[in-house]
Amino acid sequence: MNAFSHHFSFEFRTGIRNKTLLLMNYLFPLGFFFMMGAIMPSINPLFLQDLVPAMVVFAVLSATLLGIPDPLVNARENGVFRSFKINGVPSFSILIIPILTTLLHVTIVSAIITLASGLIFKAPMPVNWPLFILVFLVLALICASVAVLIGVVSPTSRATVLWSQLLFVPSMLLGGLMLPHSMLPEPALKFAQLLPASHGMNAFIGLAMGRDPAFSAWGSLIVMAASAVIAFGLALFMFSWDSRNAKRRGHPLLALLVLVPAIIGIFLF
Amino acid sequence: MGQAMIEVQNFRKTYGKFTAVEDVSFTVHTGEILGLLGPNGAGKTSILETLEGLREPNGGNIRVAGLDPATEQTKLHKVIGVQLQSAGMPESITPVEAMKFFCAYHGVKPRFDLLDRLGLQEKTRTQFYELSTGQQRRLALALAVAHEPQILFLDEPTAGLDVASRVELHKLMRDLRTNGTTIILATHDMAEAEELSDRVAILLNGKLAALGSPLQITSTGEGLSKISVNTRNGSLKQAAEFPSVQQFSAKEEYLVYYSTDISLTVSAILSFIQSQDDQVIDLRVERPSLEDRFLEITREGSAQ
Repeated sequence: MNAFSHHFSFEFRTGIRNKTLLLMNYLFPLGFFFMMGAIMPSINPLFLQDLVPAMVVFAVLSATLLGIPDPLVNARENGVFRSFKINGVPSFSILIIPILTTLLHVTIVSAIITLASGLIFKAPMPVNWPLFILVFLVLALICASVAVLIGVVSPTSRATVLWSQLLFVPSMLLGGLMLPHSMLPEPALKFAQLLPASHGMNAFIGLAMGRDPAFSAWGSLIVMAASAVIAFGLALFMFSWDSRNAKRRGHPLLALLVLVPAIIGIFLF
Repeated sequence: MGQAMIEVQNFRKTYGKFTAVEDVSFTVHTGEILGLLGPNGAGKTSILETLEGLREPNGGNIRVAGLDPATEQTKLHKVIGVQLQSAGMPESITPVEAMKFFCAYHGVKPRFDLLDRLGLQEKTRTQFYELSTGQQRRLALALAVAHEPQILFLDEPTAGLDVASRVELHKLMRDLRTNGTTIILATHDMAEAEELSDRVAILLNGKLAALGSPLQITSTGEGLSKISVNTRNGSLKQAAEFPSVQQFSAKEEYLVYYSTDISLTVSAILSFIQSQDDQVIDLRVERPSLEDRFLEITREGSAQ
């Protein structure tokens, strides 16, 4: 095995071995899925039609926004990056490997959610599987890239939690997971279009589930893909080896550039 | 003397308005162990981290194996091995995984034998955060030398180690030196520095206060040698002062003299004992230790 595959293999096992990551990658999304699948359809029968995309989006948000940034900040603060630098571990590997391993964890969880939704809760399945997989991959990449960017710009663990929650909570409320976008007032819908979760739900519904999206489903896919590239590029550019994250290229506010595709998307789609 | 592996000329390092290191110059040659000594905040870590490529100098010229650590890091990491003061490992990594991981990035085969040699054979599957401080340091050392670097930087390598591990580490360092590895050893342990180092550099307030072999360093300064004498009849208790003696004390059966000139003092003591029809039971002469000299230098520095 080469260095990259050793690194990947170790990080993947960490995602299961570390109790916090195990919670964010598997226990939290699966527990939430089984609870929502059991309760919500009896309260709101329409929820069942969105069970698969909503719970897949939730699994992605949990594993990425809640799972990726904190370990990155902790590693930096504990001098792990310094040790990596001395031993020739490139910053690209440090940033891309958590994205890829999280993608693998969330793929496993999403497969369980999708299969269990049909078998246990009789939820409708995607009508276009290739596009379902494509939307899932693009959504996971944008969320993971943003999570890595949060880890890169956060000065401390405390700030990391704040930034992650600042994205996670509105995603849950306005992302279309609990409440369809069609029920949101226009200003709230515009704000929701800044969130990757909204674009993920919209693209799932329009491209994979065969229903009418609230805004352009292909537009959502393009916004997510462009944002993913920008987020990862910014993370790579602003990455710091310094334990205190005091020396880095660019001001932390530069990270807001990740919103540019979503802002353009509001006007175009 | 071998080829110069580390060259530091007029090195300067500042943090904002604070000058951590000022005008420090030294050279370390192939197969040499240089002990880097100094009280906390003397600038040891700033020098080490700049040599390792973790910090950029604010002045002067630095070469490590002919490379500029600030601009040639890709080449640098192949020729240096570093044991950081804080181990800096992912919490959940096991020693076996860490060995595979770092060796893979260095492009060499994993050296599991080093884990055995440093007493980690029963901890190879234990996660890093579950290892004791000493075990973490031993792992960091094994990883630092696994790719057989030309230059090794050790920052407090024996802090937290038990006696057996310390002995093994010293043996490993001697073996590495024999094989031509150049070592910079930053330590607070004066006995260790004196025992292992070919030369020591003492830093004080960011400046080089002394540089030389332990013998050269201890022979300068006040240079008070300790002369301990025990006689059968205790005649020395009635003696007047002896030449070149600066301090005097009694400890159990011994009278202890601190002298600036051993030969003058010892010959005067022996003459006095003979004149009193007394007999020497034990006479010991100890030159000043590196620790004594270090304390002397730091006292002088504080006084200034």
